[in-house]
Amino acid sequence: MSLSMQDHNDQRSGQQAVRPAARALSLGGMFRKNPGDLIFENVTRFFAFIVLALVVLMVYEMTVQSWPSIQHFGFSFVSSSDWDPVNDLYGALPFIYGTLFSSLGALLLAVPLSVGVAIFLSEIAPGWLEQPLSMLVELLAAIPSIVYGLFGIFVMVPWLQTDIQPFLIEEFGWMPLFEGAPYGFGMLAAILILTIMILPIITSISRDVMRAIPDTQREAAMALGATRWEAIRIVLTGSKSGILSAALLGLGRAVGETMAVTMVIGNSADISISVLNPAHTMASVLANEFAEATSQLYVSSLIEIALLLFVMTLILNAIARGIVWRITKRYGAVAA
Amino acid sequence: MSTAALYTWRKFKNAMMLSMTGLSLLAVIGVLFLILAYTVSKGINHINWDLITQMPAPVGEEGGGMANAIVGSLILVALGSAYGIPVGLFAGIYLAETEKGWFARTVRFLTEVLNGIPSIVIGVVAFIVVVLPMKRFSALAGGFALGILMIPLITRTTEEMIRLVPSSFREAGLALGIPRWKTMLFVILPAAFKGIFTGIFLSIARAIGETAPLLFTALGNRFWSTELDQPIASMTVFIYDYARAPFDDWNQQAWAASFILIMLVFVLNIIFRFVTRKTYTA
Repeated sequence: MSLSMQDHNDQRSGQQAVRPAARALSLGGMFRKNPGDLIFENVTRFFAFIVLALVVLMVYEMTVQSWPSIQHFGFSFVSSSDWDPVNDLYGALPFIYGTLFSSLGALLLAVPLSVGVAIFLSEIAPGWLEQPLSMLVELLAAIPSIVYGLFGIFVMVPWLQTDIQPFLIEEFGWMPLFEGAPYGFGMLAAILILTIMILPIITSISRDVMRAIPDTQREAAMALGATRWEAIRIVLTGSKSGILSAALLGLGRAVGETMAVTMVIGNSADISISVLNPAHTMASVLANEFAEATSQLYVSSLIEIALLLFVMTLILNAIARGIVWRITKRYGAVAA
Repeated sequence: MSTAALYTWRKFKNAMMLSMTGLSLLAVIGVLFLILAYTVSKGINHINWDLITQMPAPVGEEGGGMANAIVGSLILVALGSAYGIPVGLFAGIYLAETEKGWFARTVRFLTEVLNGIPSIVIGVVAFIVVVLPMKRFSALAGGFALGILMIPLITRTTEEMIRLVPSSFREAGLALGIPRWKTMLFVILPAAFKGIFTGIFLSIARAIGETAPLLFTALGNRFWSTELDQPIASMTVFIYDYARAPFDDWNQQAWAASFILIMLVFVLNIIFRFVTRKTYTA
């Protein structure tokens, strides 16, 4: 115990030895004489404060505006599935369900694929090939979501309708998951398009995490006679938590993705277990109905959905960042 | 299982899993090329000067372009940049200079939060803050939304790029007795300029590609408008409307517009990667 304390102290004093130089160089340091520095520091601090103020403003405004709906419906807002603008009745369950179903479905498909790509990039590809290949994968993330939507409407949906869905119904129609008619538009199209969209982020974080695992681990495994794949499994074990956080960040993207999903999901406020049926997500109902919402309670309810969406992504991101932060502390920087 | 059989099995499993990873990479890159190929082949009829110089044709007529939407997108991005760039830039400088303290840590965390907020939620906020008080959809509301989207990206790249500048630069400035703010503005920022500049361009690329926050802020407009307090067209909303229209000619125009959008975004992205890698891989 005392030994480890000592260790700890040594480490700290080691850090302290480096600190004074760094501190003298930073704005918060000991030189406070120059008035220009004082002004500059406060100007930059003011702009940093704007970032904080923006987030506070967002939460405050959304809460205030959704208050009528929160008061009127209370908890039943998230547990009721009646979405009936004509009678001014709003329950967001179908949208929450749709968001969770589509995002988790996409995650289920994207994680194995991304990890596969990440393994290839970090463990197998030769150095000169790795950079350009990584760039191609990351370009997928740069494509605007409206273009994915366009691709979804005119390429993916017809393909699903004529080739994939009839096959699924024929072979797996006995499962509730694949019950129904081949519309093309629907949950399956949304899941597939989301899968493509969240692949790049999961891939690039997983790749960075794997790369952070020291080479000695691979060498040790190989020296014991492990095959290349067996050595990679050792690496995978070490990167588990990093891949988890990559998946959570991907989930955060999927939950908030709007345009592409809105264009292919079919927009129907029904809760269905079948991936063939049209559905709705929290983001897609906002995109579809917000501009046309008439009554005050209607607008308020939609804003409450936005608030819920905000909280969901906030929690997902916070957990994921926490994990990344812990890995960074252990292994060094992980670009996320 | 005999030793030999086990050995064969392990080698087989190794070969299979390794090729699986290669296949998944091929699949992903295949999708990228599929999207690019479709964008070009479907929009090829309309990838011409008309698209960027003509106004939208009246409903039912063939041809026309999206000149108003291009100008609208530029105005919206300019509005967003007008406050998004200074806020992002200076907040980034502050974070790079202030490593410790609860305030810096909070702002750093909130930057991540902002980055993760779905863009549609930002649209809702812009609706509440700008559209409701003004009682009309407007370019200002759209610009406000895009600015919020740009801030976290700029803040993060600025902070990272400044941190990449060797501390010897800073020390040299201070050793000469130059005040820290001058060292920052005239020594460190110029050294990090390339990276920060392309970071800003990347955030502009992101803002240009956004649709969701414009749907109920800038709304869209089929006519020429540069009024800031009126609804305004944008390339992305143009694509959205034309993609859902029942006319084949309009759908093709949506593809052609997508092609322009993708090229714009790709070029900015590739430049960003190239610049950041070339400057700082020591």
